[in-house]
Amino acid sequence: MSVPYVVELRGVTKVYAGDVQALRGVDLTVAGGELLAIVGPSGSGKSTMLHMIGTLDRPTSGTVRIDGFDVAGLSDRELSALRGRSLGFVFQQFHLAPGVSALDNVAEGLLYTGTPRRERRERAAAALERVGLGHRLAHKPHQLSGGEQQRVAVARAVAGDPPLLLADEPTGNLDSAAGAEVLSVLRDLHAAGTTIAVITHDAEIAEWCPRRVRVRDGRIVDDAGNGADPPAGVPGRAGSTADAADQADGSADVPGRTGSAADVPGRAERAAADITGSRT
Amino acid sequence: MTRRLSPSRLAPSDVLRVGAAGLRARPTRVILSALGIAIGIATMIAVIGISSSSREELLRQLDRLGTNLLTVSPGHTLFGEQAELPTTAVPMVRRVGPVYTASATGSIDTTIRRTDRIPAAVTGGISVQAATTELLTTLEGRVTKGAWLNAATERQPAVVLGSEAAKRLGITRIGVQVWMGERWFTVVGILGPMPLAPEIERSALVGFPVAERLLGFDGHPSKIYERSSEESVETVRDVLPRTVNPENPQEVEVSRPSDALAARAAAAGAFTNLLLGLGAVALLVGGVGVANTMVISVLERRREIGLRRSLGATRGQVRIQFLAESLLLSALGGVVGAVLGSLATAGYALSRGLPTVVPPWAIGGAVGATLVIGVIAGIYPAMRAARLSPTVALSTT
Repeated sequence: MSVPYVVELRGVTKVYAGDVQALRGVDLTVAGGELLAIVGPSGSGKSTMLHMIGTLDRPTSGTVRIDGFDVAGLSDRELSALRGRSLGFVFQQFHLAPGVSALDNVAEGLLYTGTPRRERRERAAAALERVGLGHRLAHKPHQLSGGEQQRVAVARAVAGDPPLLLADEPTGNLDSAAGAEVLSVLRDLHAAGTTIAVITHDAEIAEWCPRRVRVRDGRIVDDAGNGADPPAGVPGRAGSTADAADQADGSADVPGRTGSAADVPGRAERAAADITGSRT
Repeated sequence: MTRRLSPSRLAPSDVLRVGAAGLRARPTRVILSALGIAIGIATMIAVIGISSSSREELLRQLDRLGTNLLTVSPGHTLFGEQAELPTTAVPMVRRVGPVYTASATGSIDTTIRRTDRIPAAVTGGISVQAATTELLTTLEGRVTKGAWLNAATERQPAVVLGSEAAKRLGITRIGVQVWMGERWFTVVGILGPMPLAPEIERSALVGFPVAERLLGFDGHPSKIYERSSEESVETVRDVLPRTVNPENPQEVEVSRPSDALAARAAAAGAFTNLLLGLGAVALLVGGVGVANTMVISVLERRREIGLRRSLGATRGQVRIQFLAESLLLSALGGVVGAVLGSLATAGYALSRGLPTVVPPWAIGGAVGATLVIGVIAGIYPAMRAARLSPTVALSTT
């Protein structure tokens, strides 16, 4: 593979106006197929990390490589193209267009990839199928529950099969049942091979992820777990302990890990490992 | 790194769709700000349409009446005195090749009154004239009551009244006696309107022979009317003075009555500048309304802009989205305004019995103007939207 890491941050710092040091030298690599949590309290710099990884902003110093591209050398147009094809975003507020069907909301996610409209809608339908909303294509956002709306947002983010899915507090606006619903979708996507980074302040969600990157005061203070492993059972969800037991053997910590493409298992294996998943 | 990143272009249909989606989300505001444009466009279309309709009516009238009528009247002598046309003028004109028909009227120094009790000074502005029997043919006029002068009545004390003369005398039927030159004449006919010869409408006409016999008419025509083929009008015009008065052609004046109508048509085609200006001001205000709506739209939709940037929209694509929205908004107003303006024109024309004419160039101009306004009103908001940093846009709650 010509691209060893999906995400590669080297000595990244970010200083905002007024000498606010949001990031003070961050090194992080994420290999394809990982599921990791970037966790930290508010003000820790995790949102800034999201902006760096999401190429929504540029670092003050250091190198950011996404999907093999050095962000520093890219123009705004090239950055936009990179976001369009390599990144999928899921936000705390779902950011769905009101009065527009789930299908068209998802299809809008492919608008800037140059896909013809008919194909956008076909792929949107497939993406909604993947998040378990194949029966709700024509529903408008206000006709959907919070969990369903966030699943539509997830479908929009993955409709173009981006190498990296960035989820910023994906369950922050949801009750625990709806949150579990969304996490279960993320787990299934991870099982199918999608690289997912969840940005959260919620320790429970962080524990659920096989790899946890803890951020505090603009630095990574802990990086634990193997991102390629299947996640623990869905938090806040009854009957999830069985899943956790099934997958407990794969979640052994690998301290000091900076990521390695070599230990990413094949898609088929991971999909097989997830057959026991609780989604019905 | 061999892989290249280049953003893909939005298909024009997608640009329109995205722009229209923004409008659909806020229908009330869209309708109100499009209304501003619509009023301006409707005003301008109606002003142009109504004046074009009036003009069209005049041109059709001109077409109906023909432009091949020439009139000959006496000018002035070298010494500034009123010249006279020779008594032989009419037969001479008839001999000119392309002339179909020629006839004459001659002023008689007398008055027409209802009775002999009315003082001679009360003429009612009606002139008494002698007319050749061919006059009605030459002018392509018609009588509304009774009959025109013929070989018999032109020798008798019979009079035909022009439409305006009859109205002023209060005469609506034939057989009435009127007092002319110290004796009674009988009204034998009343003429219809004569748009090309309004002086005939205000005349009482008697035959040449009776005028010479009873009213002291000297036989000199004061005006000659002639029609020729359309193509030869200019040629005939050139030869007329020498034909009518070979000795003193400079004492003859030739004119073309249809020129007056054509001038009126041209004047009607010149638009009422004040009203057009009013429409332009309304359009300007409408444009400001569109700009205002777009600025608010950009402020309200920071999150949408942020989302689109995260989905891979370039600055250019965000800019074009808001420009398209602004263009659609003002185009909507333009189309509605063009329809309203055309309806106003049709309503006015219908009430006045005019043909409805809305020039295509006016519609085209209106659409063009709204597009220009759409672009101008959209540039600033679109630039603002495009300049918005994605992180700022997304962090807005």
